[in-house]
Amino acid sequence: MMEEAKEETSALSVHGHNIQVTEVLKDGDTLTFLIVSPKLSGTGEYHVHRTYEDFEWMQQHLFSQEDVPGIQGVIFPPLPAKAQANPSAKVMKQLGVLGLGEWQPYCKALEAYLQQVASHRVLCKNKAVEIFLTSSDPPGKQRVKKNIFNRLSQAVEEMRKESHKDVDGFFQTERDQNLIVTGCAKNAAERFLDVMQTEQKIAVACGHFSAALHLCVEPGEDPDKQAFSKVCVKLSEVFDSMKKNMMTVAKNNVNTLGLGLDLESRYQEAEKEMLFRRTCKLVELESARRNADKAKPVKKAAMEEVKKAAETEFNQICGVAKEEIAQFKGIRMAALQQALVQWCEQQLLTAKESADQFNQHLQAFRGMAY
Amino acid sequence: KDSFDVDVAVTNPEKIGQSLTSLPMFRGKAFSVRRRFSDFLGLYEKLSVKQSLQGSIIPPPPEKSVVGMTKVKVGMDDPSSVEFVERRRAALERYLQRVVSHPLLIQDPDVREFLEREDLPRAVNTQALSGAGFLKMINKASDAVNKMTIKMNESDTWFEDKFQEVENEEQQLRKLHAMVDSLVSHRKELCGNTAVFAKSMAMLGNSEDNTALSRALSQLAEVEDKMEQLHQEQAASDFFIFAELLADYIRLLGAVRGCFDQRMRAWQRWQEAQSTLQKKREAEAKLLWANKPDKLQQAKEEITEWEARVTQYERDFDRTAMTVRKEVLRFEKEKAKDFKSQIIKYLEAILQSQQRLIKFWEAFLPEAKAIA
Repeated sequence: MMEEAKEETSALSVHGHNIQVTEVLKDGDTLTFLIVSPKLSGTGEYHVHRTYEDFEWMQQHLFSQEDVPGIQGVIFPPLPAKAQANPSAKVMKQLGVLGLGEWQPYCKALEAYLQQVASHRVLCKNKAVEIFLTSSDPPGKQRVKKNIFNRLSQAVEEMRKESHKDVDGFFQTERDQNLIVTGCAKNAAERFLDVMQTEQKIAVACGHFSAALHLCVEPGEDPDKQAFSKVCVKLSEVFDSMKKNMMTVAKNNVNTLGLGLDLESRYQEAEKEMLFRRTCKLVELESARRNADKAKPVKKAAMEEVKKAAETEFNQICGVAKEEIAQFKGIRMAALQQALVQWCEQQLLTAKESADQFNQHLQAFRGMAY
Repeated sequence: KDSFDVDVAVTNPEKIGQSLTSLPMFRGKAFSVRRRFSDFLGLYEKLSVKQSLQGSIIPPPPEKSVVGMTKVKVGMDDPSSVEFVERRRAALERYLQRVVSHPLLIQDPDVREFLEREDLPRAVNTQALSGAGFLKMINKASDAVNKMTIKMNESDTWFEDKFQEVENEEQQLRKLHAMVDSLVSHRKELCGNTAVFAKSMAMLGNSEDNTALSRALSQLAEVEDKMEQLHQEQAASDFFIFAELLADYIRLLGAVRGCFDQRMRAWQRWQEAQSTLQKKREAEAKLLWANKPDKLQQAKEEITEWEARVTQYERDFDRTAMTVRKEVLRFEKEKAKDFKSQIIKYLEAILQSQQRLIKFWEAFLPEAKAIA
């Protein structure tokens, strides 16, 4: 009877893999995102408008699912940092590649996040996800109680637990590997951002040069002056092509490898958070065991209870974590492969188009009289 | 009248003793001589002194660069001093090519001597051309000339208008040159960024335990290394083709202004002679009244002398003015041709770069696909 009264959390009514963030609207200081989710049954789509606060609302609900066994073993898909309509330099730095290109990459990152949440076998069951994706009203604004996943609130001494020796070889290896990869991925994402920003500078410089060449065009019928003017005009076109080419190269970089490295970096960080939670639980468990062993007969039974609870919880977390890690490896591979293939394909296409353009310019110059 | 085509190449800079020497070489005539940088400056000095009232555009020599030279003397093999040597070599070659393609200068005995004589006496007095050198000199001369006034007649409008055009063009080219400099420095920055990024990807590839992904990431690092090479070449191309072209023409326009000044000086000389003649005539008139036959005779002789001078200087002025016109027209023709040929070189380099880039991407694609 209790079961019948309990509301069953259903899986989503949308195709998780096909969620799209199609538009971003700027209203004063607020950014609003249009989210389109295809319906599972029948035709049609849900169109909802959401602000970043709404995303956070959903995220908080996911973090605070204490009734789900082993929830701390879940690798939570990483939500991008908050974007502002008129971002400060600090915010831009934090966003990295997501701050470039008029919020288009940011939308793509939010899209990836929603797809990952909606396709997660544990997380998609949470009502908050369904409400977020389908409700035409804004989702609730009530603050969910503070959760245990906010790393920033953890005390400094908690950080020492990060290097606590593991009891399980599999997890120790995973932790070590993850530490290295997280560092490398973050570094690679940042260095690639430098590349993309310099590419943009070059594009701007080419644009200036192209514009300045127009000032060298002189009026008059003197044939030699006209010849030089013509040269300047044609050269201006060449540099305009160079500007466009460089902008496309940068855009390709942002949309494929840039986003890919950014996601990899944030997702590795998310795995790191999960492994840390598990490590903290391990420390708690070891402490509970010691207490149970040392306990005086009067307290013994209570300590044993605490120990058993800690053991159960820890084992649940390990179980979930192992599945999550396996899933994560697959998700990550697929994401990186897609990023690399798309990057290569787009840059190859751009390079070919560029070569054609420059060839046309070259022929035009060769064909010029004298 | 010589009509043979002279091809000059400056090759193989060597360090001998205190200075860099180069070997200008005639193709088609097996001539090869060693010349120091100061010899080139010396040639310019001689030509500009000789041609000073002719109205020709004397090609300016490359600038001395104290910093660059010091590095080379110390023997540093770093990329910037290698670049400096190449830059100087190319500049000297362009300088000589302009000299030998000038119909008047190729006939000048000093030019012949420069190209043919085994041992050239060491050039002195080239200090004037050091530092900001050449343009400073032109500008100082220009200022002096501007203080003169010149009477306006038909042909003068051509000269005034042209002079204005030349000044405007010089300003525009300076702006363009500054922009190309900025572009070159951004490209060099991109080289640096690309190299650092390549390393970071190599590290990521090394830390990866999945073989296919690790391999793909390492290949990516190699592609980026190759791109760094391309960016280097592009930066060099921007620099050696464009920046140097613009710098040359800024100095050449200075030389054009110089030849306008020559016309002014010729005019001034003529005017001064006329005024001296006038004074002599006035003196003669006075002597006629004073009844001093000896002095009168002398005065008459002087008048004859100065009449001849006035005629001569007027002819010189007309000839100089004509030469200036011809030179300016020749310059404009050459300029259009020069720019066009350099741009073609530039585009050919870019195209080559793009073709190589396409090959890199085509080679990488199967690696990326093989990850799954």
